Amino acid sequence: MAISQETLKHLAHLARIELKPEELDTLSGQLKDVLDFIDKLKQLDTSKTTPTSHILPMNNVLRKDSPDKSLDITATMGNAPQKDGDFFVVPKIIV
Amino acid sequence: MELNTQAAHQLSNLLKEGQINSQDIVDALYRRIKATESRVCAYVRLKDTSLPKLGYPQDGVLSGIPVAIKDNICTEGLVTQCCSRILEGFRPPYDATVIRKLKKEGAVILTPKTNMDEFAFGSSTENSFFGPTHNPWDLRCVPGGSSGGSAAAVAADEAILALGSDTGGSIRQPAAFCGVVGMKPTYGRVSRYGLIAFASSLDQIGPFAKDVEDAALLMNVISGYDSNDSTSVNVSVPDYSMSLTNDVKGIKIGIPKEYFIEGMDPEVKKIVQEAIDKLKQFGAEYREVSLPHTEYAVPVYYIIATAEASSNLARFDGVQYGLRTLANSPSGQLMEMYKKTRGDGFGAEAKRRIMLGTFVLSHGYYDAYYLRALKVRTLIKQDFDKVFADFDCIITPTTPTPAFKIGEKVKDPLKMYLSDVYTISANLAGIPAISIPCGFTKQGLPVGLQILAKPFAEEMLFRVAYTYEQNTNWHTAKPKV
Repeated sequence: MAISQETLKHLAHLARIELKPEELDTLSGQLKDVLDFIDKLKQLDTSKTTPTSHILPMNNVLRKDSPDKSLDITATMGNAPQKDGDFFVVPKIIV
Repeated sequence: MELNTQAAHQLSNLLKEGQINSQDIVDALYRRIKATESRVCAYVRLKDTSLPKLGYPQDGVLSGIPVAIKDNICTEGLVTQCCSRILEGFRPPYDATVIRKLKKEGAVILTPKTNMDEFAFGSSTENSFFGPTHNPWDLRCVPGGSSGGSAAAVAADEAILALGSDTGGSIRQPAAFCGVVGMKPTYGRVSRYGLIAFASSLDQIGPFAKDVEDAALLMNVISGYDSNDSTSVNVSVPDYSMSLTNDVKGIKIGIPKEYFIEGMDPEVKKIVQEAIDKLKQFGAEYREVSLPHTEYAVPVYYIIATAEASSNLARFDGVQYGLRTLANSPSGQLMEMYKKTRGDGFGAEAKRRIMLGTFVLSHGYYDAYYLRALKVRTLIKQDFDKVFADFDCIITPTTPTPAFKIGEKVKDPLKMYLSDVYTISANLAGIPAISIPCGFTKQGLPVGLQILAKPFAEEMLFRVAYTYEQNTNWHTAKPKV
């Protein structure tokens, strides 16, 4: 199935990725090919099948609600593109 | 004989006897790396890395043995960037659980990491920010992917052992293309804590080795329940080296007819059939079986894996680590920072998969694509359950063709995706699988034999693989690189 340029732009916005016009063009064709191929799943009757979102029969794996060691602050902040002490600096969120 | 050409179990003996020390092995590896890397490119950031630390526990099962690590496994203080621009310079503040386990057993963590397709998106290692790795058996060919660097390093004796990750075949396919042993454990067998996630319900870390004995050794160390990974399973780890018995009498092997199809390379078909016949000579029985939903595995995978990837890669936003591209406008808005950072930082395949994943999860399409794929995943799992009720293992080729040329498929994503057809189902079903070398094409390219078993039956895989290996010589062949 073909994806319209409008849908592509909307998806890029949802995915928070800025795509150049050439990229949008190339993607349009490539995604169409992949989606056409994926459409073969429509051949199957899945009306009586339960979905498998996780292959293991495990649910709600929780740990004890007790404090534990945390990441080393210096090592963690060492990766920050921009910081102020132990705070990550980001562009203004509420403008 | 050069120490870098040996297997870990051979080096362990020499170390225990005091004939060599760990520094000797590291030196031999670095000599080999210096001589070969310009042609193979198995490692990344080689110039930026200092020598590995020695002096870990002396009584561990891997004491003194160097292990090469794929660039998506977190190593504390050592740059780990998934061969992507967006994670440039990232130094994890913690070790992945598998790294902790290796260190506890005395292994030497090699400091240059191995090359990979960016974020594990690929089957050829051509999608790496650092450029492709070359197959040691034919430098014009891909080593496979996404763990191509790890596979090539082991094949070229630039590593003794290596770790990779497998989401849709990313250990097994490069193992087959490079003529080494590669295994994907049962989902939940090995902790994913510290593995930078691609698809959380499919990813597993696994070993690359020169022979089955080494793979078992490495599996013994990395396997086991981890409270830091809520998807890790609390099942005890057997001693996998006890499964290294040269005996397959009475083992029932299923050969799925859907895996021997048109479009498969006739040499691969012939070589794999010969391998299966060899196992029959040793007392195994085989029969044709059916995995009827095989043809739907690739489409299911490219819905589920990309959906999970789009979610897992949302964290790369320029805020806490890696690349940050600021907006052009003076007010420097947050949204623009996200979009420009991700636009600049992700490669083409990463963007493709994130866009596809976002699409299949989006409003109006979720039911038709993602939910439907989850249902077909159930059908694929049930296919395996039915066969394993009557058979001990399933044997298939690992790949439909031997290694293809660099550049041959990279411009056609769909063609690339189809090359995963034999490996993908094991990830969807969560079952363990191993690829071992079983021959060479007339062009001298390796061919891999894949063995699959039911969940937590890695012992069966080791038993069958070891028997085949010990009665053949493929694992002793070395590329002339």
